[in-house]
Amino acid sequence: MSVARTWRTRRQRYSLVGERCEYCHNAIFPPRDVCPHCAEPAQKEYTMSGRGTVYSYTTVFDPPAGFEAYAPYPVALVKLDEGPMVTAQLTDLDPDDVRIGMPVEMVTRKLSEQGDEGVITYSYKFRERLERQAVAA
Amino acid sequence: MRPVYIVGIGQTPVGEQWERSLRHIAHDAVIPALRDAGVEQVDALYVGNMLSGELVGQEHVGALVADFVGLRGVEAYKIEAACGSGGAAMRTGVMAVAGGLHDVVVVAGVEKMTDTIGKDTTAGLAMAADQEFEAAEGVSFVALNALLMRRYMYEFDVPHSAFGHFAVNAHHNATGNPNAMFPKAITLDTYRKATMISDPINLMDSSPICDGAAAVVLASEEVARTMHNGRRPIRIAASTVATDSLAVHDRRDPMQLEAAWISSRKAYQQAGVTLDDIDLFELHDAFTIMAALSLEACGYAERGRGVRLAEEGEITIEGRVPVATMGGLKARGHPVGATGVYQIVEATLQLQGLAGRNQVRDANIAMTQNIGGSGATVATHILVGE
Repeated sequence: MSVARTWRTRRQRYSLVGERCEYCHNAIFPPRDVCPHCAEPAQKEYTMSGRGTVYSYTTVFDPPAGFEAYAPYPVALVKLDEGPMVTAQLTDLDPDDVRIGMPVEMVTRKLSEQGDEGVITYSYKFRERLERQAVAA
Repeated sequence: MRPVYIVGIGQTPVGEQWERSLRHIAHDAVIPALRDAGVEQVDALYVGNMLSGELVGQEHVGALVADFVGLRGVEAYKIEAACGSGGAAMRTGVMAVAGGLHDVVVVAGVEKMTDTIGKDTTAGLAMAADQEFEAAEGVSFVALNALLMRRYMYEFDVPHSAFGHFAVNAHHNATGNPNAMFPKAITLDTYRKATMISDPINLMDSSPICDGAAAVVLASEEVARTMHNGRRPIRIAASTVATDSLAVHDRRDPMQLEAAWISSRKAYQQAGVTLDDIDLFELHDAFTIMAALSLEACGYAERGRGVRLAEEGEITIEGRVPVATMGGLKARGHPVGATGVYQIVEATLQLQGLAGRNQVRDANIAMTQNIGGSGATVATHILVGE
């Protein structure tokens, strides 16, 4: 990912900053300025909790350029508690243990690096939700 | 709007064409199409292509192909809508002729995918997805389809092996298509034992990376009437395109291809037909899961029941809804930006009774559906033999 894009999307990748529509009140992630539910302007910031459940998952064995060093790695569609769905890698778990409906939470991890001189991109990944947080939720 | 007719077709064999470059492959489809129509000059050339810039380092493909096929001077450009580029180019050609701006145009689809190594092609294909929030996380295009397939299997309680019937049918039909990449029959056992790519998607769920080009010449009714190549006139009764969110995670319901639903319903209305009138359906089986979702979105099956049609043998040439009649994306091959035009060429052959031993009996009306990305662009066409 380019330096500018990494920088521009840092608040999304580091802390899941999205939006909440002021008209229909749906939470939106990633931010998109026009509400996908009611097509009204949606520019009010709203930060997701980072908690959600696995909607679907798979493992990437044949990675795109830039991710060769990490394969195989598990990826998922995570349905956030606030409503939006996020496409992300799963981490800190055995891919064989992943199940649809598994409670997960966001953590910050290295996503990719571009050689010795390129930018290192950090992003959200999701791990199985720790018990105490599951109870708190 | 003026009626639009297909007056010439051309296609290259699909495969790894090491000795031919992008421009040569386009030439190998456009020249036969022009000859087939018996025309030397046209008003415009629309080239469906997805990845020329990324995989060949070449943009500006409209002018390149126009010059290379002897049409220098003509209006020409590339039309891009990911894997739906061919269908979008077709729609552009239809609009130009139906709207009365042009009388004769060529629509070509061309893709050269084997000049790069696998991981670069994989990264290129992921450009069909949301680059900032899907591909950026290391999710390949195959993985996106795997996410859909896993959820489908879970939600509708469908075993993986049930999808094998789509692959078996496609490969069986490819054996009767001299232009198919894999003219080789497989069994359900072959399917079950295939190498895993991104679970649950294995090699036999997935269409191949390949090169190819297809082309059609479109003409207004007035011009078409002056052409006599002795074959049945084919009218384009419907041509529609609809869109959905680029990212799977932004869909209202990822298990429903909303753009396919919209595009097909508009097409039925335009053509004045119902599903029962359609004799064959060239669908977008880039992955077996896409074939199932496409059948459901078009109204052939209820939600979660698309796979059942394949299991019950309804999708074979003799079945109620013949699909992938010349091998489909799975076995004819899926040169991404060319696929939508291959579908039109194959549907034309069926309606003209030229599909050899793959001929669907009494084929009068055919539908094609070309899908860009994981469902963000869907182009549907309905052809009628007159």
